Amino acid sequence: MIDEKILFTAGHTACAGCGQSLAARLVIDAAGPNTIVVNNTGCLEVFSTGYPYTSWRVPFIHSLFENAGAVASGIESALRYLGKRDVNVIAQAGDGGFADIGLQAFSGLWERGHNVLTICYDNEAYMNTGIQRSGTTPTGCNTTTSPVGKTIAGNLRWKKNLVEIALAHRCVYVATSSVHLPVDLQNKVKKALKLIGPKFIHILCPCPLGWGSEPSDTIKIAQIAVESGFWPLVEFEEGRLTKVRKLKQLTPIEEYFKLQRRFHHLLKEQYKEIVDMWKNQIQKNVEKYQLLGN
Amino acid sequence: MKQFLEGAAAIGRTVALCRPGVICAYPITPQTHIVEELATIVANGELNAEFINVESEHSAASCVLGAIATGVRAYSSTSSQGLLLMAEVLFNIAGLRLPVVMCCVNRAVSAPINIWNDQQDIMVLRDAGIILLFAEDIQEACDLHIQAFKIAEDHSVMLPVIVNIDGFILSHGHEPVELPDQQLVDKFLPRYSPLYKLDPSNPMTFGALVGPEWYLETRYAIQQTMNNEVKKKIKDVSEEFTNLFNRTSFGLYEKYQIDDAETAYVTFGSIAGPIKDAVDELRVKGEKVGLLRIICYRPFPQEEVAKILSRLKKIIVVEKDVSLGATGALYQDVVTSLYIELQKGNGKNTPKVTGYICGLGGRDVSIDDIEELYYTGELVSSKFVSVKEENLGNFLMK
Repeated sequence: MIDEKILFTAGHTACAGCGQSLAARLVIDAAGPNTIVVNNTGCLEVFSTGYPYTSWRVPFIHSLFENAGAVASGIESALRYLGKRDVNVIAQAGDGGFADIGLQAFSGLWERGHNVLTICYDNEAYMNTGIQRSGTTPTGCNTTTSPVGKTIAGNLRWKKNLVEIALAHRCVYVATSSVHLPVDLQNKVKKALKLIGPKFIHILCPCPLGWGSEPSDTIKIAQIAVESGFWPLVEFEEGRLTKVRKLKQLTPIEEYFKLQRRFHHLLKEQYKEIVDMWKNQIQKNVEKYQLLGN
Repeated sequence: MKQFLEGAAAIGRTVALCRPGVICAYPITPQTHIVEELATIVANGELNAEFINVESEHSAASCVLGAIATGVRAYSSTSSQGLLLMAEVLFNIAGLRLPVVMCCVNRAVSAPINIWNDQQDIMVLRDAGIILLFAEDIQEACDLHIQAFKIAEDHSVMLPVIVNIDGFILSHGHEPVELPDQQLVDKFLPRYSPLYKLDPSNPMTFGALVGPEWYLETRYAIQQTMNNEVKKKIKDVSEEFTNLFNRTSFGLYEKYQIDDAETAYVTFGSIAGPIKDAVDELRVKGEKVGLLRIICYRPFPQEEVAKILSRLKKIIVVEKDVSLGATGALYQDVVTSLYIELQKGNGKNTPKVTGYICGLGGRDVSIDDIEELYYTGELVSSKFVSVKEENLGNFLMK
């Protein structure tokens, strides 16, 4: 039984508790059937298009790891040539495909002003190839290529800031969202698709396999990410900050670490310095977006 | 009416006559004049097309991939490093069976950086499932572009075509060129009718993950198409072109003075010009020599080449590429073709096949150089022509 209105069907091979599959379904169901989806290589493409099956009930194209931005530019240009201005184009990628190897093509798409909604499903590492560090892996995080060893304590750098990169390209709409707030996510997709020009939504997607978390904790982890101040939910229109999801109080970041094996070492006293870096970053978020309040 | 045109400008105008809806451009010498010409044509409103200045050749190829997957004819061109950067995407375009047409303005590859002509660049894409055509002169470069769209987009083919032209020699050289009327091109080349496309009214998934139980057949299908439909289509399209445009198009290869020859040069690209001059001079001296010029290098017309060459005494392969550590690429194809036929028991004659590498990085090749290859009795498979011994000390490792 397949609900006709669901455009991303069940039967795919994502892991239990996969944040990305949930986010992808919410996105395409909000966008509607008159949409073409372009997808970089990654978990989403792999678990949803195992030939001869597909979960996509909209036109879908996967080409390579790094070229969704350029393929989408070609599709949008072709639609413009054909006079089909009512078709949505969504170009989407995981964090490796978006922030690292695919960033140049997305930068080109944004700079040229193509009418495309670009989406990064961020699970903070290369999960499809086995949890390798990406440009959006947070500080101290344990991955297979940034392991916690005797002299190096996981990933040394803070996350690449895609929101600011998108804003620097003058995207007409830039927002962050989270899978624990489906209405927020779908409203942002709908709002973005009403605007003409390049748009960007950055969605944090918990990954039980890569984060070492319980599949049943995906929503809870996503919620703590936001409520700890680590993942602020913001919206920019024409470069102007128009909306911030306010927090009554900050959930201690240790609550976030506890639920994920990739951060368990940070609960030890010897890694206090890294935890302080997290707290410092959260404080910057609080100040920058005035996160606390009603 | 013939016009005296630069090669790149003539190709740009010819491409415009083929009415692409999306053109992607990224600059690299010596290709750039083609897309500059197209940019001017679009800017003047003479062609209704989306002209996209992309941020790399990788994106140029990806952008035309997206456009043609949406059902719109698309074009790009490149050279050398640009082609290498596109390589990943071009394999993908072929595997997705998308009929993109491109021009590769052949140029040496780096390092050392060198912007001049040879054909090493395209050999990287030899095995990608792309139809590779080589032009001898500017007129043929234009004519092959018009045919390329028709070949690629045929529903029995659905593979990309790269038209190869020698950098500077054809891209920047000037020749009198006959550009056809728009009406005639429209008659020859109808609008692109995609076999499948990205369309919300009929959703399809492109680029699915294909496991060991299916992948091999995808490659088998391309091989079958290459060896059967593509060769047939090229012959048919070149005949149709010849009849409609009243100008000879040779199809898979051109035979020059070869029917009564005992020795034949084999080559592709613009060096066929000076080789024809050398053949003419040798014929005046009474030598029985000719030329087989390969136009379609992939698919390689294996049986036809073997049939033409197997009755000869000597074959001289001249090419501007090399598989470092082996021989020239064309040499391998010629020897392979002959040996396959020999194994089948077709003919007992085994011509001596010699192979020469010349012109790398734009080194001049004179008619005298070519004639000398005829007279030497040496049996070589990959001899470099006109090596300057005095230069070698700078580059040989001690």
